[in-house]
Amino acid sequence: MTTLSNSIGTTGDEQIGKRTRRRRARPLRVLLHCFLAVVALTWLFPVAWAVLNSFRDYTYTSVHGYVSLGGWTVHNYVDAWQRADFTKHFINSFYITAPAVVLTLFLSSMVAFVLARFSWRFNLVMLGLFTAANLLPQQSLLIPLFRLYRTIPLPLWMSDSGQLLDSYWGLILVNTAFQTGFCTFVLTNYMKTLPRELYEAAMVDGAGIWRQYWQLTMPLCRPPLAALATLQVTWIYNEFFWATVLMSSGDKFPVTSSLNNLRGEFFTDLNLVSAGAVIVAIPTLVIFFALQKQFVSGLTLGANKG
Amino acid sequence: MTDLPASPQQTSHSRGGGLRASAATTGRVTKLAGRDRMVVALMVVVPLTLVIGLVWLPAIVTVVLSFTNWDGIGPLSDIHFIGAKNYDDVLNIYPPFHPAVRNNLLFLAVLFLFATPFGMFLATLLDKEIRGSRLYQTAIYLPVVLSLALVGFIWQLIYSRDQGLINGIFGTSVDWYGDPKVNIWAVLVASSWKHVGYVMLLYLAGLKGVDPSLREAASMDGATEVRTYFSVVFPVLRPINIIILVITVIESLRAFDLVWVINKGRNGLEVISALVTQNIVGEASRIGFGSALAVLMLIISLVFITIYLSTVMREDQR
Repeated sequence: MTTLSNSIGTTGDEQIGKRTRRRRARPLRVLLHCFLAVVALTWLFPVAWAVLNSFRDYTYTSVHGYVSLGGWTVHNYVDAWQRADFTKHFINSFYITAPAVVLTLFLSSMVAFVLARFSWRFNLVMLGLFTAANLLPQQSLLIPLFRLYRTIPLPLWMSDSGQLLDSYWGLILVNTAFQTGFCTFVLTNYMKTLPRELYEAAMVDGAGIWRQYWQLTMPLCRPPLAALATLQVTWIYNEFFWATVLMSSGDKFPVTSSLNNLRGEFFTDLNLVSAGAVIVAIPTLVIFFALQKQFVSGLTLGANKG
Repeated sequence: MTDLPASPQQTSHSRGGGLRASAATTGRVTKLAGRDRMVVALMVVVPLTLVIGLVWLPAIVTVVLSFTNWDGIGPLSDIHFIGAKNYDDVLNIYPPFHPAVRNNLLFLAVLFLFATPFGMFLATLLDKEIRGSRLYQTAIYLPVVLSLALVGFIWQLIYSRDQGLINGIFGTSVDWYGDPKVNIWAVLVASSWKHVGYVMLLYLAGLKGVDPSLREAASMDGATEVRTYFSVVFPVLRPINIIILVITVIESLRAFDLVWVINKGRNGLEVISALVTQNIVGEASRIGFGSALAVLMLIISLVFITIYLSTVMREDQR
């Protein structure tokens, strides 16, 4: 949608008219650019400020204040990395995010396939059930879920807590349950646009339902799957609430939730906090710059369709 | 949107009933073979079990628990029903409740009256053919990829009392996150920062989808750009307007991460979601009481979820 341009066929007369209008509108254009530039810079500023100060020495800024220049160093990064034990927390985030995203896409594509392929009386209800689940306030499910997680035992090789509570499995499952709704919604809409003749041909060839799903539909759904995967990695990596309340041992926290521990340790040294914040932001910023198109289309797929 | 063809070909469903492949095989109704039937059932039942088990069932249990005085620790047989007492307590003898409702409403008001319109305004400006539009867009929606928890930390560098930028520039010594008189506003600015980008992104996508001939027709009739927007574009974008409204409401209701990283929702930053969490994982575990608060959240969000669903599904039918 970002590539769409308003290409309207214009006749010669209209073009001349347009040109004069453009000339008259030039001061307005300049104003528009100024306004947008100011807004864009304002919006970038907080992140830029964090990056800037993460490269400055604490002793320098505490003497000269923050509204100054100088005291450049990279030591904050080394320090923050070691003190907050980022290696461990990044691994934790990976343990949670990767399986949750794969599982979410797998489960939601199956439901979407069935909902798009067949017309049943309860289709709309099902779609509503899945989509609404994504929007419920998480806090209102906490108590029963907490209790449920405490009563479900897991063998020790799966979780050293011996239960679903305080285990990666629990977080993977709850994130999957929450995100499946959104993905189901997006994928159902996409799959409905696939030509029906494809399935007729497949059925003539004797392909069963599973092959129709796995070998026919899924390869055709690469664009929305890529967009959703990008979006889901960001969301689950950013997820804060479930990890905070369902994990009790701090060393199992994913990066986003471990931020809270970092706060206490670095309370007096904001340069270290900046370095920590930048480190945590890096994976999402990489996604933002490298996969921007996927991210944007993932976000807007759910809201706009065609 | 780029990836999606304009409209779903299939228009009518849910009329057929029974287990049959539809539309593709109009006329001759093919029953699914036994094995395929199993596969289809599994493809739906597995995800459905997960979503019902971990989302809908807990939601229902929360409603039930809100009428009990369970402490959350004892066996399930300890659960006694006490009617609507929890709700009565929440409304009448729980001091943080009113500030929390006020803060949530304030959240909604600020996002709805300032952040959302501003995001929409930026989107309409960026929708024009201007050089560098992509660059501006990128800058404005950058905060969208950051978690709200991280947003809290990034703004701490600006808000901090001793080392913050604002106090550094103006020589003031306001504790923007700590002072209960101002901290909700500090949080609102930080969370609007992210919300504006989100709304801008959604709305811009909506604007790109507006049929250019509509605008052309309006301008031929001599309508100004502003007039065209309000009497042609805005009404056409009704579905996306509703979706943005619902997202605004739900975001302001779920406001949690930001206040939790700042001070766990106390001292001027009370919000309902934080109160629920405090009552459950905090030192005093008052399950029934916390559930009553949770149910209030649930009801408000269900109203808006219904609006959302009916909007997107009606779109779907077209």
